[in-house]
Order: sequence, then structure tokens, then C-alpha cells
Amino acid sequence: MAAPTVDRPTSAAPAAKQTLTIAKAINTGLRAAMEADPKVLVMGEDVGKLGGVFRITDGLQKDFGEQRVLDTPLAESGIIGTAVGLAIRGYRPVCEIQFEGFIFPGFDQIVSQVAKLHFRTQGRIKLPMVIRVPFGGGIGAVEHHSESPESYFAHTAGLKVVSCSNPADAYWMIQQAIRCDDPVLFFEPKRRYYEKGEVDTTAAPGPLFASRVLRTGADATLVAYGPMVRTALDAAAAAEEEGRSLEVVDLRTLSPLDLAPVYESVRRTGRLVVVTEAPSESSISSEIAAKVQQECFYSLEAPVLRVTGFDTPYPPSKLEEEFLPDLDRVLHAVDRSLAW
Amino acid sequence: MSSPEKWTHPGPDSPPATAAAPTAAQVIAGLRATDEGGADLVQLLTPEGERVRHPDFDIDITADELRGLYRDMVLVRRIDREANALQRKGELGLWVPLLGQEAAQIGAGRALKPMDMAFPSYREHGVAWCRGVQPGQILSMFRGTDNGSWDPVEHRFHPYTIVIGNQVLNAAGYAMGQKFDGKVGDADSEATMVFFGDGATSQGDVHEGFVWAAVYDAPLVFFCQNNQWAISEPTERQSRLPLYQRARGYGFPGIRVDGNDVLASLAVSRWALEECRQGNGPILIEAFTYRMDAHTTSDDPSRYRLSDELELWKLKDPIERVKVHLVKQQWADQAFFDSVEADAEELAIGMREYCVNLPTPPASRIFSQVYAEANPVLDAQRDEFLAYQAGFAGGEH
Ligand SMILES: Cc1ncc(C[n+]2csc(CCOP(=O)(O)OP(=O)(O)O)c2C)c(N)n1
Repeated sequence: MAAPTVDRPTSAAPAAKQTLTIAKAINTGLRAAMEADPKVLVMGEDVGKLGGVFRITDGLQKDFGEQRVLDTPLAESGIIGTAVGLAIRGYRPVCEIQFEGFIFPGFDQIVSQVAKLHFRTQGRIKLPMVIRVPFGGGIGAVEHHSESPESYFAHTAGLKVVSCSNPADAYWMIQQAIRCDDPVLFFEPKRRYYEKGEVDTTAAPGPLFASRVLRTGADATLVAYGPMVRTALDAAAAAEEEGRSLEVVDLRTLSPLDLAPVYESVRRTGRLVVVTEAPSESSISSEIAAKVQQECFYSLEAPVLRVTGFDTPYPPSKLEEEFLPDLDRVLHAVDRSLAW
Repeated sequence: MSSPEKWTHPGPDSPPATAAAPTAAQVIAGLRATDEGGADLVQLLTPEGERVRHPDFDIDITADELRGLYRDMVLVRRIDREANALQRKGELGLWVPLLGQEAAQIGAGRALKPMDMAFPSYREHGVAWCRGVQPGQILSMFRGTDNGSWDPVEHRFHPYTIVIGNQVLNAAGYAMGQKFDGKVGDADSEATMVFFGDGATSQGDVHEGFVWAAVYDAPLVFFCQNNQWAISEPTERQSRLPLYQRARGYGFPGIRVDGNDVLASLAVSRWALEECRQGNGPILIEAFTYRMDAHTTSDDPSRYRLSDELELWKLKDPIERVKVHLVKQQWADQAFFDSVEADAEELAIGMREYCVNLPTPPASRIFSQVYAEANPVLDAQRDEFLAYQAGFAGGEH
């Protein structure tokens, strides 16, 4: 079946500034990327008629056809492994993994092939593919639907790993990830999917692999990414009422890590609290703590503290509020840091 | 019942097929015929409640036994509908309905003997019932108070597995263990049955499970409930070939049963388990059935399937046909049907009460039983967190 030619104005044509949810922003970004480049494919379980279980791909199959939006057989190794072949053939596949807990059947393909082909062939093979992964907890789900496996991928050389935290980033970052010539794991904060924000589709986006200061402050720095950015911002707002000024950095890129703005911030505030849902041992938060201690040793007034998920499997959902870092745990860590 | 010839293992020197070669179009048309039960469907009780004989898989069934199967199906349907309602009232985070699949599950579940082992996916509430798991025990996972609350060793019923296909390899390993332990081929022999869906057959783990079970002659019955849909994707998105026919490629028999016919499901499951206990396993059973409800309570099937299809399958209801047969045979009177209804109601009330009273575990549960042996790093993390929490209780904040 031939892919239908899509002949209609690009989605950028409607109002430049729109209020969108993160979910709709990714959907709109995917649409824009598919319109801009006929080689972009969307593939995964239930992404067609259903529009994905989170409706992120809603309406795409209707408009772009079954050959550009592929409802795949139920196999993650298959989804990612065939995307490798398609990418070699010149396509730009965007794979959807239904929930982060189901990426592991595809882990072998990701770490063995996706991550290494460029290096093995010394650049003769490029893999411009994106693997979209809704991740994290807080939605009251059953097992395997609430995890934060991003550190496994950041740990693997050859992959790029990013995570968006707001609609504007979601809209731009998905398009930038698709344009990137390296494989990108795109972690989406599923519990924030329906939070709204303004998206300006005409303003030039910042670089994809850069962190960003979202709130300036003088007393301590908070670093977070994905779903925890909202928590960090809320904590900073609450701290302000107690007369404390917290700076918040949204990491955005987990590999490569862009820590220069963090160093710069810590040199001014002297204190750092890293906030992640992922367990702490051997993780992105460990990496940040190690590097900041190395680069900012003389500026630090307190050790780098971490507020994270525990080093346990994700608990039954009735206990997830205890497991997930919340505003109180973040503020408690800030207190400890300031008391040093 | 012995193994019918056409399902025996293809020997190393089985003769090549000699019939005149079909055209490519014929082959493909045949392969695509996944939407019908097909001529190979094993059926013992028609949708109209007529008992039909099958040359290979017939069974003798007593009135008592059939009333028992009917009761099982009515009760698990009630369990299912009650759980669905509990989810709607916000008492469960999620429910995975079994509506329409009662016959497949009760037939298979009642074919298992106490020493056999069963590995479910996440929809096997009917099999759980047959393994003596209390209906309330199924709910803790969906209510979010636990990850599974029955004792899998005591019930010989593994915890529900959510990652599609994982349990198939685990079951293959367990069955290999039964074989290595000498538990096949004599009086106290055992077998294993593993449950999975049509979508699962696409997973590498399921393919590998077929390979392992085959090359080690593991006493394993693969019980695939083909309910036609993997969330929004029809079976044709997983296979060009009717699923039961895949078994031949791995070198073991594949049989398609009418999954809405509890007698057929029971007869073929019994036969398959017995083959395994005798050392002739593995075997694939494809129970051809239909998921009457949504995939889960989070799903919206109106986005991807037509109500015509649902109406068609309603005519094949697994419970109604047994009821009709019981009445026709004069094997049950109104008092019996009323008593089953009353039992179902009582069961539902008990289950509801159990569910709403399920205690939320203490925070220490997060840290409990992560490891079998001591882990000082985790212990320290737990102590620190519990002290932090106690600070709240003391009113520091
Ligand atoms: C490895 C993995 N990928 C994706 C999912 C999400 N998921 C849950 S159920 C399901 C469909 C399963 O269909 P099928 O195997 O036919 O079983 P059914 O639910 O119809 O009984 C999917 C895609 C999952 N649980 N595990």
C-alpha cells in the first residue's frame, strides 16, 4: 500500500501561540515532523487506530496512512530491531514503547545494535531513530507501568537520552530528536501528559542537548528532569514563602549531560539538591553528584544531596506517594543542605 | 485418549508432502483464514447447546460434572463483573476483564491436577478460581495494595505476569525441572500449563519458549487464548497463519478448540496434559474465543472494533450453551440455576467486602523482601526514610 501524499498546510500554520497539553504538544510535534519529512515513520503497538494508549499518535494514521504509522506486532525487540533496518534504509523511525516497563524485551537491540552501529562502522551507518518512552509513576498503575529506567540508557555509550518537562519543550524536542542523526531515547513524563502550557510554534527553540535554568535563586540549586521538574518548581515556590530563594535547573538532556549551567548555578548558590524518581544507586543522579563535587568543590557549602526513588522495585501503587519524591522531601533536603 | 495420528511428532524421516502443489493464491488465502474457527476446530457443544461428537477428543461427562462446570463459569463471570464494577466505583485502579473467556479458562483450569503447575498472564481469573485462589486475593494487585497476594507454591499458580510473554519461558523452565526430576511417565507424574494471548505469540520469549520446551521434551501445555484482539490489534497483525498451526514448525502438535465450549476446552486440555505427563509433550492449544469487554478498564474498544462483531460473538456465549444443554438433558432444574445465582451473589458480596477492607500496607513494605539476604545499604535507606516519616508524625512540619 503506497503512502498517501499529504497535501495540506503544515501544522505550524495555525496560531503561533497555543495552549497545549504535553500529550497534544508531542502529537503536534510528531505531525509537524511527518509533514516536513516523508521519511519519518511512527511505529509501535496500538499507535494506529487507537492513537496509542495515551493517544499521543492520535489521528496520525488517518492522515498519513498505514505505511507511515505502523501498528506493529506485539514485540519490542521487533519494533526496535526493524526500526534499525528501516533507519539503515533511509527512514527516520519513531518507535513508541507503550510503557517504560516494556522496553526491556527491546533492550538487547538498543544496547547491542542501536547504540553501537555508528561506532562499529565508523560512521558508515547512521541511525536517525527515536524511541519514545512514557516513564515514571504517580498514575496509580499496576506493576511495570511506573518505572524510571533512564539510567540504563544514559550508561550506554552511543545513545542520546532526553526528557521533556513542559509542552513547549515537548513540541520542539520531539522534532529535534527526529532530526538528530543519532539515536535518541525520548523519555516522556506520563503523569504530566495532561498539564498545559503555552507553545509558540514560531519562536526558535533552544538546542536539544542543553539544560536550562527555569527559575533563578540564590540560596540553593535544585536539578531535576521530566516529571520531577514540576515538583522542583513547586518546592521552589513553597520555599519562597518561607523566604528562601531556590534556583531550578531542568536538565532536559541526560546523555550527553549538560552540566555547565549547573556548575555555574552551584558556584553562586553553593548548594545542590538533585531530584529524580529513579533509584539513586549507580544512576544519573550519582553522576551529577560526582561531577559537581569534582568541578565545584571549593564553591560547595554542603555536600550534594539527592532526593530520589528508593533502591527497591517500584512499590504497589497505594505506596507510590511514599516512594516518589514530593515537595516535602525536597524541602527537607534543602533544609539539611542549608543547615550544613 | 491417544494422540491422533495427524498430531504426532513429525519424525526425522516423515515423507515429504506429495499432493499436487496448490497455487500461491490458494496458500495465502488459506493462511489468512484466521477469522473463522475453521474446519479443524474442536467442538463438543454447539452454540445451540447440541452435544456433538468428535472423533479424537470426545469425553464422557456426567450431569454432575457439567453442572459443576456451569457453576464455575457463572461464578467467575460474577467475580469478573463485580471487579469491573469495583473499578468503576474507584475501588480498583484497573481491571482486566475475562468476560467471554470463561469456558476456555474453566475447561483448562479443571483439567489441571493438584500437582500440575500453572503460569498465568493477567486475565486468568477463571484459572485462578480453579486453583483455589480466593477471588479477593486477585484484587490486591489491581487495588494497588500488593503485587500479588496468593502463595504461588501452595496453589501451584504463579503470580500474574504483566510483561507480555515472560511467563512462557519461566513455564518452560519449570516444566524442564519436572522432567529432570523424573516426574513424567508414571503415576505421580506432573505437567505445566502456561497461558498467554494471541498478541503474545509475537514476542521473542514465546518463540523461545516453544523452542526450549520442544528440544527438551518438556511436559508443557501452551494454552493460547486467541480472543482476537491484542488491545487494538487484530490477530492478523500478529500472524499470517492460524496460530495453532505454528506448533508444527517447532515439532509438536497444535490444536484449535472452540474456546467458548467448556467441554472442548476441558477435553483437549485433559488430553494434552496427559500426553505431557506421559512424556509426549509439549503441545499447543489455541482456544478460539472472544474478548467481550474492553482490553482493560482503561481501554476504549469503540475506537477500533465494530459492534457487529460483538453481536455475532454474543450468540456463542459460553454459559448459555451449557445452560441450554443442561435443560435439554433435564440435568438441571430451576432450583439449581437459582442456587448458582445465589452462590454468585454471595461470592460477590464477600469479594466486595474483602476488597474495600484491604489494608494499605505500611511504608516499610516498600523495603521489605527486596532481597533474600541482608543488604545493609538498603537497610540504611529504609531507616533513614522511616525516621524522616516519623518526624512528620511527631508534628515537626
Ligand atoms: C512486553 C509488553 N509490551 C506491551 C505491553 C502492553 N500490553 C498489555 S496487554 C497488551 C495486549 C496483549 O494482547 P494478547 O497477548 O492478545 O492478550 P490479551 O490481553 O488479549 O489477553 C499489551 C500490548 C505489555 N504488557 N508487555
